[in-house]
This record gives sequence, structure tokens and C-alpha cells, in this order.
Amino acid sequence: MVVIGESALVRRLLIGVSVLFLGAFLMAPLAVVFAVAFGQGVAAYFASFRDPDTLAAVRLTLLAAAIAVPSNLTFGVAAAWAIGKFEFWGKSFLISLIDLPFSVSPVVAGLTYVLLFGAQGVLGPWLTSHNLHVIFAVPGIVLATIFVTFPFIARELLPLMAAQGNDEEEAAITLGASGWQTFLKVTLPNVKWALLYGVILCNARAMGEFGAVSVVSGHIRGLTDTMPLQIEVLYNDYQFVPAFAVASLLALLALVTLVVKSAVEWRAGKLRSQLA
Amino acid sequence: MKFRRASIIPGFGLTLGFTIFYLSLVVLVPLSATFFEASKVGWHQFWHLVMTPRALAAYGLSFGASLIGAALNFVLGTLVAWVLVRYSFPFKRVLDSLVDLPFALPTAVAGIALTTLYAKTGWFGAPLASAGIHVAFTRLGIVVALTFVGLPFVVRTVQPVLEDLDKELEEAAASLGAGRWQTFTRVVYPAIFPAAVTGFALAFARGVGEYGSVIFIAGNMPMRTEIAPLLIVTKLEEYDYAGATSIAVVMLVISFVFLLAINALQRWSSRREGHDVREAPALRPAFGLEV
Repeated sequence: MVVIGESALVRRLLIGVSVLFLGAFLMAPLAVVFAVAFGQGVAAYFASFRDPDTLAAVRLTLLAAAIAVPSNLTFGVAAAWAIGKFEFWGKSFLISLIDLPFSVSPVVAGLTYVLLFGAQGVLGPWLTSHNLHVIFAVPGIVLATIFVTFPFIARELLPLMAAQGNDEEEAAITLGASGWQTFLKVTLPNVKWALLYGVILCNARAMGEFGAVSVVSGHIRGLTDTMPLQIEVLYNDYQFVPAFAVASLLALLALVTLVVKSAVEWRAGKLRSQLA
Repeated sequence: MKFRRASIIPGFGLTLGFTIFYLSLVVLVPLSATFFEASKVGWHQFWHLVMTPRALAAYGLSFGASLIGAALNFVLGTLVAWVLVRYSFPFKRVLDSLVDLPFALPTAVAGIALTTLYAKTGWFGAPLASAGIHVAFTRLGIVVALTFVGLPFVVRTVQPVLEDLDKELEEAAASLGAGRWQTFTRVVYPAIFPAAVTGFALAFARGVGEYGSVIFIAGNMPMRTEIAPLLIVTKLEEYDYAGATSIAVVMLVISFVFLLAINALQRWSSRREGHDVREAPALRPAFGLEV
């Protein structure tokens, strides 16, 4: 029997360096958000949310996410079904295209919509003549949010649906179930936790998107500023407590996302060990 | 060659049709509009716009800072993955979950938090300033922001490979007389290297396009601390659409190259791990669940 492993000293050193690195780069930024937000007391923190522009920003963010997440959910389920359950030509190319928004800079994503829908853009003259406003208005913000969060739900569902194979669905179809029944009663229960995490991650990213939305928003206070843009406005005005108070809401959302991810993974791990 | 393999499962036409329609509407058409707009500029003018000294300085900064950030994450990310897989210590699970924070935290929040930390009066900025090191509003600040943004990638690509790594290989190496460090460099490291390189490439690609977390801490001085995405925004605010579009096309081409390179790397990485090469790489989520 050979004992492998590092000496206690090396082990402690490696753990120490890792904890230091994660502490400085992850825990400190998180802590400073709440430290500044509550720096002048709880009353000042809550007073930050009485600003009508901030409230308008919260409403706009909720609206953008309420449209973007269901749209990308529908797409994600359809894409995962088509790609995960069937073998066809050009499949991996299609997956690469779905991944595309991951690697496009958010600023470039915003710019593409300005070039398409802006006053100088391809569709600009037509939109103007019909009195429709996309850029520097709410539709542009929604579109930019959809682009940036486009792959998330598809990306969570795809590997799982592909890995689970088609046996159960084929059995259901053979026994006379319709396609829709098969999806609801067989496929969905198998992927519901991954779907939940996908939706929550997509939602967190939709509410937190900055670069793409910044380009199409035009920064009209109270009208086209989302929460991240309002954070920028407040921060650049040296209104640190309100800026970090809004930031703390988004930081909480991020923490909830991480907790859900851990919970879903823990569940999956437990299921796996039960099967084994 | 047939387009698809026969199956009794219904809904292929409908779901694939919707997938392609939605993909075209949201991603492909807008991206082609950018290339279409850039083509109107003309080659000579395009070359002139994308090769100005200010643009070259911005590409250099975006690439350089991303490269340093990704390299830091390559080393420290591998270390963190090792520590999280091999050792147990208090609050390990909390730290493990927290690794995904840069992926879930909005970039604007990260930007103002890092700037506050590293400003001259900040928790880290004050002691660093008294040592003569200035981070906020310098290029060093950009590296810090891009290190933060890229942190999850190497950890999350290396972690599953380390978990799957057979301990018997290390025991065999040790029983043959290899020291611990030798076992690591000759047995463990070759196994995790492809995954670490994939993580490095993902972090690098993310860093080059990053905007939100950088602009707060960067100082944004043309030629010195102006990243490429910020230059696009600046051009757009000056109504210089040709300039903004041309630089955006350069960035887009770079993204496509990265995407191809990362796909190739993931293919290589899974082949080294012994997975089915056709299925594994593209179907594995980049930031997904471990299920």
C-alpha cells in the first residue's frame, strides 16, 4: 500500500493560497457592496428606493426580464428537443451558432441592434415613417436583453436531454401518447431541475445586463434606464449609498442563483448515489 | 446522405423550424446587418478606420490585459480546482458555490465594487497605495477586473477532470518511486492540461469583449486605459457609425476565431479524457450544472 498525498504543510499552504485568492477576488467585492449600501445605516439604505428614477429602473428591469426569459425559455425547450432528441446533419454547427452570443462582446451586440433599428440603420427610415421607436426605447432594451441571455436555457437543457436518450419517450409514443403528452409527462419531469436553474440563471443575467443595454438605451432617466444603468448614473453622481443599495439587490439575486445551482446539483448527486 | 436519422418521436420539424427562425431573428440577422453596414464603408476606408493608433492601442490593451488575467486564472484556477477536489476544509462547499459568482453577478455591480475596493481609500487600495501601487484607474485595475470576470472558467473546466482522474495512476507512480511533485507534473498535469487550456481560452475570450466591470475601474483615457469595447461606445456617442461598425467587425471576427478555437480545444480535451468525440464537446455546457 502506497500512501499518496501531500504533507500537511503543503496542503495547508495550498488551501491558504486558494482561500486568499477567492477571498480577495470573490468575497471582498461581495462584502463591499453590502458594506457601502448599509454604510450610513438601514434608513439611508431604504431611502434609496424612494427615488422615482430608481423605481422606474426597477420596473423596466422587471419588464425586460418578464419578456426576455419566457421568450428564451420557449426557444430553449424547442432547441433542446430538436437537438437533444434527433440526429441530423449540421447539428454541431447549429450548436455553435446557439453559442455565438456567449462570445460576442455585449457592446457589439447592442451595436448590431442600433445598426438594424437605429435612425441611421437598415430599418430606421421605415420605423420612423411608422412612428415606431426601438432604439433609445423599451423594445431595444428588451431585444438586447434577449440576445445576451439567448443561449442559457438551451445550454442547460441540451446536455441533459441528450444524455437521457430517447428510450422513455419512444416507449410513451409506442403506448399511444401524443408528442405533447410525452413532453409534459415524460421529458419535463426528467429535466425540471435543470430547467429551473436555466430559468433562474437566464433571469439573473437578463436583470444584470449592462453593456448591450447601455448601447441601445440612450440613458433617458426614468424612462430607459434599467437597474444596472441606474447604478452607473448614481455612482457617477457620487451617490454611493443609493448606487450600492440598487447593486445589493442584484447581488442578492446573484447569490440566490448560486444557492439554486448548489441545491439542484446536490439533488442530482443524491439521485445518482441512490441509483448506484 | 440523409438529412436526419428516422425516429418515431414527433415534433422534429416544428421545434427545429422554430429554433432556426428564432436564432435567425435574434442573432443571425442583426449580426449580418453589422457586416452589411461595414461593407458600405469600403475596404480602403475600413482599413484606415480600424488601424488608427487609438484603435490599435485599444486592441492591444484588451488583448494584453485579458491575456494576463487569463494566465493568472490558469495558474490559480488550477490550484483552486485541486484544493476543492482533493482536500477538505471548513466552508469548502460555500467557497465552491461562490466560484460561480462572477458569472451570476452583474458586471456593473462587479465594476463599482472592485473600484471601491481598489480606490485610494478602499480596503485594498489604501494599503497598496502606501506601498506605491495604484490599481484603480490604471491598467492594473483592468487586469484585476478581467481576472475577476474570468475566474470561474478554469476552475470549472479542470474540476470535473480532476474528479474523474483515477487515483490508482498516482499510486502507481508513487509505488514506482516518483515523488509527489514528479507525480503531479508527469501524471496529473498532462491529464488536466487540455481542460485548463480550454478554461484559459474561455476566460481570455470573455475578457476581450468585457465592458461593464472594466469601465468603472479603468480610468478610460484614450491610448492608455481605453479598452476596445469602450472605443466602440465612444465612437457611437460621437455618431461615428462607420468607425464604431468597423471596430465592431474586427471584434466579431476575433470572436468567431475564438469560438472555433474553443470548440477545437474542447474536442481535443474530451478526446484526451476518452469521451465520445462526436457527442461530448459541443453538448457539454460551458457553465452548466454537474449532473
